Amino acid sequence: MTMTADTLGRRHDRRPWLTRLAHASEPYLYSAPSLILIIVVMLVPLVIGISYAFRDIQLLNPFSGGFIGLEHFRTLSEDPAFYGALRNTLWWTGASVVLQFFFGLVLALLLDKPFWGRGLVQALVFLPWAVPSFLAGLNWAWLFNPVIGPIPHWLFGLGLMDQPGNILSDPHYAMWGPIIANVWWGIPFFAITLLAALQAIPRDLYEAASIDGANWFQRFLSITLPFLAPTIAITVLLRTVWISNFADLIVVMTGGGPADRTQIVASYIFTQAFKALDFGYASAIALVLLVLLLAYSMLIILLRQTLLNKD
Amino acid sequence: MKQSLLPTVAHRLAILCYIAFALFPLFWLLKVSVTPNDLLYSEGVRMWPSRTTFDHYAFVLRHSAFPTFFKNSLIVSASTAVVVTACASLSGYALSRFSFRAKYAIIALMLLTQMFPLVMLVAPIFKILSPLGLTNSLTGLVIVYSAFNVPFATFLMQSFFDGIPKDLEEAAMIDGATKFVAFRQIILPLTLPGIAATLGFVFTAAWSELLFALMLINGNDAATFPVGLLTFVSKFSVDFGQMMAAGVMALIPAGLFFLLIQRYLVQGLTAGAVKG
Repeated sequence: MTMTADTLGRRHDRRPWLTRLAHASEPYLYSAPSLILIIVVMLVPLVIGISYAFRDIQLLNPFSGGFIGLEHFRTLSEDPAFYGALRNTLWWTGASVVLQFFFGLVLALLLDKPFWGRGLVQALVFLPWAVPSFLAGLNWAWLFNPVIGPIPHWLFGLGLMDQPGNILSDPHYAMWGPIIANVWWGIPFFAITLLAALQAIPRDLYEAASIDGANWFQRFLSITLPFLAPTIAITVLLRTVWISNFADLIVVMTGGGPADRTQIVASYIFTQAFKALDFGYASAIALVLLVLLLAYSMLIILLRQTLLNKD
Repeated sequence: MKQSLLPTVAHRLAILCYIAFALFPLFWLLKVSVTPNDLLYSEGVRMWPSRTTFDHYAFVLRHSAFPTFFKNSLIVSASTAVVVTACASLSGYALSRFSFRAKYAIIALMLLTQMFPLVMLVAPIFKILSPLGLTNSLTGLVIVYSAFNVPFATFLMQSFFDGIPKDLEEAAMIDGATKFVAFRQIILPLTLPGIAATLGFVFTAAWSELLFALMLINGNDAATFPVGLLTFVSKFSVDFGQMMAAGVMALIPAGLFFLLIQRYLVQGLTAGAVKG
């Protein structure tokens, strides 16, 4: 193959062949720097990480490194902390996505109609999104801290608490701390995406509907919602995957405690790698998480496909 | 007119609630950072202290390692932003203007990197970078953050390039310019807002990253702001005024960038949505 190309190149004029090669390789040259970065820093470590799941890799143990087959997965299947983390992940992801989506949608609808000072309002309500996640976590941890924050005193004043205590150290309610911080931080994302989709809906549809006598709620159900549906589906799917992997707030606010009550799978992986330095076990958990997320995405796509085929 | 008064009032009230919820935590951060230590506990839940002070800021700037953390974070975030924007404008251009065989494979690869848990990579990346001397180094962080941010930045740049008519560079090429010259001299200047937005996005993302910085950096010399602040919190968890003063400082660069780019956010996404 190379030989024929070579001889062809020699027989004909050399320039057109080179020019053609240059033309064909042009998009690859443009993409090369990005691709090399992604392959070297993400794809190769991903493959290595998958191999770690079947090996005994402990950072502080020089004798580790051997192949141990499915040993990690056997340990994992009997690890109560893992099952707890799995349950917490469902709770954390479900509550965060539902609340972020609901409040994000309401905010997008509020911002969709023009009013005086909308630009400023938009900048202010989207601001939490720019706050670094570690700072959002610390900030809310301080707000929940009775020594320095007002929230415990308000809850006490409302009679919801016997005494101003820290909900982050209460095993029953601790998860609400990171969830509230996550909702605060994530509402702007949903609002921005949904607002962009709202503004793409042709305005005359609404005018026609109001001439026909449809009220606000009817217009919302029969125009807004159908138009938003594709955006909603894709953002909710992506956010669900993203939030279930998002360990920053939990690592910062509770470190998984009290008594592992806020430990999600992602933060459990991080704890195993960072504190226990057990890279093999951490990679095995990560692999299970990856498979679960892939299964979830597949399920959603299949569901969508069957729903579309029905119509 | 009278009829539409009630919905308008409800609308404004709802907006006010959102603004209050969005700003209150940041307001509290600011409030505690200017409260003198002797009033911190006696006036705990007051909305504003009876006396304010900038002592906490002065202390953090003069007697702590935070200026170093700040400098490290600035170096890492700015370098990452420049590297990513350069790579992403090239690859975004390739995806926007060429149709080639591997195009969909490249798009699929980039989408894949957005789906899998990055926390999976913590251990292998540490193992790879450690023998290369890239742990505990700012260069190592820049490389890792660049790779994480390139896919999203590529899609972003692609959507900005898609918004520029193709005729412009075709006209230049008829006049004898090569494609690359047309790209550099005609298309890039037109995408300056897009480039600014991408720089801002990536800078903010790198500024906020915590887990990989925690794993890859130990010791104060190469610590970024998140690592420094978290270490500070676990060591000196009594000095709330100083911690919050440091927190306000961590907020400044990200907040500035956000205010610069926020008006492009909805516009850019609207353009993408219209296109389908």
